[in-house]
Amino acid sequence: MATVTTPIKAEARDLNFFYSNGARALKGITMPLYENKITALIGPSGCGKSTFLRCFNRMHDLYPGNQYQGQIVMHPDNTNVLDQGVDPIEVRMRISMVFQKPNPFPKSIYENVAYGLRVRGENNKRIMDDKVEEALKGAALWNEVKDRLHDLAFNLSGGQQQRLCIARALATDPEIMVFDEPTSALDPIATANIEELMVELRSKLTILVVTHNMQQAARVSDYTAYMYLGELIEYDDTDKIFTNPSRKETEDYITGKFG
Amino acid sequence: MEHKASVLENLADVRAMIKRHKRNDSVFAVIGLICLMLGLITLMLLFWQLIADGYPKFTLDFLSEFPSRRAGKAGLLSAWVGSVLVMTVTFITAVPVGVAAGLYLEEYAPKNWFTDLIEINVSNLAGVPSIIYGLLALGLFVYILDFGQSILTAGLTLGLLILPIVIVSTREAIRAIPVSIREAAYGVGATKWQVVYDHVFKYSYGGILTGIIIGMARALGETAPIITIGALTFIAFLPPSPITMEPPFLNFEWLSSGFTVMPIQMFNWLSRPDHAFHINAAATGALIIVVTLLMNGTAIWLRYRIRKNIKW
Repeated sequence: MATVTTPIKAEARDLNFFYSNGARALKGITMPLYENKITALIGPSGCGKSTFLRCFNRMHDLYPGNQYQGQIVMHPDNTNVLDQGVDPIEVRMRISMVFQKPNPFPKSIYENVAYGLRVRGENNKRIMDDKVEEALKGAALWNEVKDRLHDLAFNLSGGQQQRLCIARALATDPEIMVFDEPTSALDPIATANIEELMVELRSKLTILVVTHNMQQAARVSDYTAYMYLGELIEYDDTDKIFTNPSRKETEDYITGKFG
Repeated sequence: MEHKASVLENLADVRAMIKRHKRNDSVFAVIGLICLMLGLITLMLLFWQLIADGYPKFTLDFLSEFPSRRAGKAGLLSAWVGSVLVMTVTFITAVPVGVAAGLYLEEYAPKNWFTDLIEINVSNLAGVPSIIYGLLALGLFVYILDFGQSILTAGLTLGLLILPIVIVSTREAIRAIPVSIREAAYGVGATKWQVVYDHVFKYSYGGILTGIIIGMARALGETAPIITIGALTFIAFLPPSPITMEPPFLNFEWLSSGFTVMPIQMFNWLSRPDHAFHINAAATGALIIVVTLLMNGTAIWLRYRIRKNIKW
């Protein structure tokens, strides 16, 4: 790997995942997330990339019967976020998530961004105002909404709503942000905005993104992982994956022979 | 040329078929409309009959007089005050219990055979004949708990009666909230209670309120269970006032007072041979219908108002 000096922010170690019906959705996945880098997960539908992503903030805990095996270790504190002794709420405070479809709360723009702070018990209006402004600026939305912070979030366009969701995830200063196909419900211009934003956010945090769109992975990511049927087939520098993959399966998928 | 002829013939067939299918459309539309009108017109006629019969009693005196042996002097005062007080007890007991139970079942309860059993039973309870609730209340509230034939007993009975309605409508309102909104809230690190209080409850209270109002409207017209627990039919006094002039300004003696409610008063008047009392009964019936319609109308309006700001 080219950038051996980059510190690792988190790594999956022999991760298996079972849904409540017994289906094994992830098979022994081991892979790092480098700090302040964007890692993309690609693969055909049903390959387990969203399942893998949702392990990072313990979303699977919301539904009974799901089971993790193995570890996702965060550095520098060496916490295994999948450990039953680690509270999923603590994990979600450190690793925030942006979903496939924009899902703002039916509240004002301000309240949407402030919610993560309210959950942490923050009540000081001055601090909240500052944090909300900072998060909206970070999500490149401030200039469009600064005069109507108390409008309903639903009045924004789809792309703006998704940036609002990014601001909401950003407001609480997470260490890692995971994106689950963040642009699949958006038009090309809004998609370009979100991609640009992700590249900007890289300087503040570590990003993991699931995408259906290979060009997107090639455009934004530093590292790419190709998954198929719950297994990690290949993980490498994005440039290498897209120009000279070492596995035949990866090449077939990338070149469109399959998938 | 032969080929072209067959295409044209085919087209004629297709057109005939479309015509036939469209005739089925209109036949069903007409049948549906007739059924709708049958129900609607019957109800309108009944309502109109009540209004026409009760018209002479649409006066303020009718609301401010106690019942009397003379039909012309008799009024609804004790009945509507009784209804209001009973409904107050029903509201105070059924709403918190029903909403909390619905929230628990939907958000907290583990999904297993036991909660499935509870779920089926709650839905079935909504269909139990109301007189059964009356019998249960007679045994439990009147004899075992010794609440007497009081406003408290009646209010609790009707509370039990509408509990399934409140629980079911609460659950339905909650279920309308998309999973994505819940996940968004959990995703920023909210606890279960924060998700329930800040989101689930706030976005569903329009639907919950609708269920409560419809349940209350049903309770307002219930007669059978109240008769079963032994409500009096002739009451020429008012229960002690819940609000007093001296501290602590609240008085709970009214809870154990005897009472009557509007449907019972109506039933009583209707069972008299003297036709003059039937006018009173019709006027009472019209009043109950108007109040019920107003409550349902409020429910629809509230739901519309609250849903307006929520799109998903």
